[in-house]
Amino acid sequence: MNGYIHSTESFGTVDGPGVRFVVFMQGCPMRCLYCHNPDTWAAGRGEQRSAQSLIDEYMSLKEFLKNGGITVTGGEPLLQMDFVTELFTLAKQHGIHTCIDTSGITFDPNDTAKLDKLLPLTDLFMLDIKHIDPERHKALTGQDNKNILAFAKYLAKNNKEMWIRHVLVPNVTDDEYYLHKLGEFIGGLKTLKALDVLPYHTMAKAKYESLGIPYPLGDIPPATKEQASKARDIIMKGIYDRLSSKKLT
Amino acid sequence: MKNIFEPEWEGFTQGKWCGSVNVRDFIQKNFTPYDGDESFLTGPTEATKKLWAKVCDLSEQERAAGGVLDMDTKIISTITSHDAGYLEKDLEQIVGIQTDKPFKRSLQPFGGIRMAQAACEQYGYKVDDSVVDLFTRYRKTHNQGVFDAYTPEMRKARHAAIITGLPDAYGRGRIIGDYRRIALYGVDKLIEDKKHQIDTSLVRMTSKNIQLREELAEQVRALGELKSLGKIYGCDISRPAKNAKEAIQWLYFGYLAAVKEQNGAAMSLGRTSTFVDIYIKRDLDKGLITEQQAQEYIDHFIMKLRIVKFARTPEYNSLFSGDPTWITESIGGVSVDGVPMVTKTSFRYINTLNNLGPAPEPNMTILWSTRLPINFKRFCAKMSIKSSAIQYENDDMMRVTHGDDYAIACCVSSMVVGKEMQFFGARANLAKCLLYAINGGVDERLGIQVGPKYRPVEGEYLDYDDVMQKYDDMMEWLAGLYVNTLNVIHYMHDKYSYERLQMALHDRDVKRYFATGIAGLSVVADSLSAIKYAKVKVIRKDIEIKDKNGEVIDVAKNVVVDYKVEGDFPKYGNNDDRVDKLATDLVRTFMDKIRKHHTYRDGVPTMSILTITSNVVYGKKTGNTPDGRKMGVPLAPGANPMHGRDTHGAAASLASVAKLPFKHAQDGISNTFTVIPDALGKDQVFVGDIDIESISKELGTYGNDE
Repeated sequence: MNGYIHSTESFGTVDGPGVRFVVFMQGCPMRCLYCHNPDTWAAGRGEQRSAQSLIDEYMSLKEFLKNGGITVTGGEPLLQMDFVTELFTLAKQHGIHTCIDTSGITFDPNDTAKLDKLLPLTDLFMLDIKHIDPERHKALTGQDNKNILAFAKYLAKNNKEMWIRHVLVPNVTDDEYYLHKLGEFIGGLKTLKALDVLPYHTMAKAKYESLGIPYPLGDIPPATKEQASKARDIIMKGIYDRLSSKKLT
Repeated sequence: MKNIFEPEWEGFTQGKWCGSVNVRDFIQKNFTPYDGDESFLTGPTEATKKLWAKVCDLSEQERAAGGVLDMDTKIISTITSHDAGYLEKDLEQIVGIQTDKPFKRSLQPFGGIRMAQAACEQYGYKVDDSVVDLFTRYRKTHNQGVFDAYTPEMRKARHAAIITGLPDAYGRGRIIGDYRRIALYGVDKLIEDKKHQIDTSLVRMTSKNIQLREELAEQVRALGELKSLGKIYGCDISRPAKNAKEAIQWLYFGYLAAVKEQNGAAMSLGRTSTFVDIYIKRDLDKGLITEQQAQEYIDHFIMKLRIVKFARTPEYNSLFSGDPTWITESIGGVSVDGVPMVTKTSFRYINTLNNLGPAPEPNMTILWSTRLPINFKRFCAKMSIKSSAIQYENDDMMRVTHGDDYAIACCVSSMVVGKEMQFFGARANLAKCLLYAINGGVDERLGIQVGPKYRPVEGEYLDYDDVMQKYDDMMEWLAGLYVNTLNVIHYMHDKYSYERLQMALHDRDVKRYFATGIAGLSVVADSLSAIKYAKVKVIRKDIEIKDKNGEVIDVAKNVVVDYKVEGDFPKYGNNDDRVDKLATDLVRTFMDKIRKHHTYRDGVPTMSILTITSNVVYGKKTGNTPDGRKMGVPLAPGANPMHGRDTHGAAASLASVAKLPFKHAQDGISNTFTVIPDALGKDQVFVGDIDIESISKELGTYGNDE
């Protein structure tokens, strides 16, 4: 089968461990206010490509990707779960490290049959938790976060390693209370391997302009490294507090 | 050479190098690999700081004075032309400058007197009349010789800039003397060796043998002058160097003599760090010097290299984007038996970027191998981030051709030190050649007939097969003209501006590479791709042909001056074989055409893809191209994809470049790669490893279920 691919990047250094071949998949049900890839929203667009052609492309670059692997992102890659499963099946035949960068939005706790096939083929999940509070999550992304949090727990339960990512947007996702709450939640994910707090940037403004979409976050300034670092400390504290609370009394 | 173990060699392991000039053997028998880290390095001494402050002050004054602080206008630079000059004599561990005053530029008219005059006039100086008179009436220059022999066709091709940057008015450079020989053997032994070479040279007086005998005699004379240069600074370099300080000083005298004699386009140093390390280690082991002193020697040596300056014209500076000297020093690499040749002194050289701050010269070039020690790799990466002043070249690839004692001249030209040299040949503009193919040899800017009057393309759209056939014919013409032009240049350079000192530090029977080069690779690849995979419509115009005074003297009819691309096409730089193959075929095709021609002194033809500065000038002189590039827009540097057309990320871009065949571009393939640090990954702040299990253990809650 073919997948709908927005584009590929041959030298991804921020989407998983090592230097990675990144496949941007087309289509996403979320409408995050700070999305920097609005050109990947529409489903059924982009270039149609076979899994084999992506693997061929990977193999032609393999000298550069020795310590990396393949990452599917988007868009929301799990919208095309069958295709990703086919792609990762091939990747594993070549011994390639696999990673999925997802929002978790497509997860349905009552229908995990397809996901269960994909899990053993996936070495790492990068899960974006946009906001820990359901209401605020909805305001920020247009979607509920219930299934996203359930997805995180499901991954942990199935012993899947994951990195949690959180974009720090000044005045939108930087409330200390909720950051701590986020930490408390992810402290319960025993397969958590890294926490990545990404400072919000405004580099996507030009993309919005060229697509004729009004830029949703207006004049909110980019977050500084210091702000992101501070936010990370708060989330880390949440993780520690969660884990301390397990003390038997 | 007599096989006597010199007293200065005490402590060295003997070998073939004792009985014949063989620096490589000396290095292999004596160097000590180092796989540790940089923690042993020391900072600058007080003397170093003072001297460097003085250099900075002089640089400031030079800028304020408009780019040149002082110039010789009367004394013609030779190895012994000047008295000793110093920055601050008492502080300098390594001595010697080009003239009698630091930052004073020497007068070097052997390449061309007009060039020397223009360089002076640019900065408000005037070459003394007696010198002008001498070099116009009595002593011919390289430049004059070349123009005496050029054909009208060569002049035209040069004027239209289809072949350009030719070393016909300036020194060709790109020759690396084996300066280490002076330290290891002393000049007397080298003279003895050269005399033996003369005595054993052919005596049947063909022009070839006469030329060789005359050159060897010149080399002996140059070595004699080299000894005198040592004396001017109070050093007896007739004997071998007895310690590290002398080894560096002897070696530097050789380099200094070279730059006093030649204002070459690239005056590279060679591969000296591991050689010098052997001397430093011997002194350190004997307790004669401290690490601090060793670093001070290196700092002062590098400082001297940083203040090498030439008098050059504005045209030269615009061709090379500034005033580079290309003092390339090749560091690291792996020996043919697999031992990394990184030593502590490799670190010490790079450490000058700390002690003196970053600088483009000398051009520190790491001969990179996957097998270099990890600590050295880390140090290089760290210093690259800090200084942006380190160049990397692929030792794993070049070692196969050159072994383990080669070095880089200029930016990419590899040659075995003392055994191989090259005739530098600038570039042919293949993008312009494509336009000539389309227009039947008519220049798209000037309207004049430069190439042969072949049949131009007809019709409204370009046909791939038709264009390829015409392009092949036009390249055939260009390759022949280009090689022949270079034959003239190198004949005259040998005749009027022979690099006698640098060649004295070579074997007699050197291998000569006949270097050619191409510009416009990615423009051509994309243009051919556009013609093949999209539709390219031609736009024709009449061009007025003007004379020198701007008067219209003729009109060229229906010249294709622009193109309209309809549809999309694969672009070079995206790891797409459809177009990458066009690029690799082009390299092989043009190289094969070069190979067909007779080369001066049986030079082995090679080709480079490396314009990293002159691509801007070439772009100015190249009209609109079928890939959609507009007239005047710079060509991409070297083998780079055209700016902004590589859309699949760095690895795809590099993969396209990596497909180019080294055996058909043996003089080097360069790719200018810029990346912002953030694009190379995250710093620790944002991706931190977390291990829930160990946090739980730390908190004493491990195993407690929720």
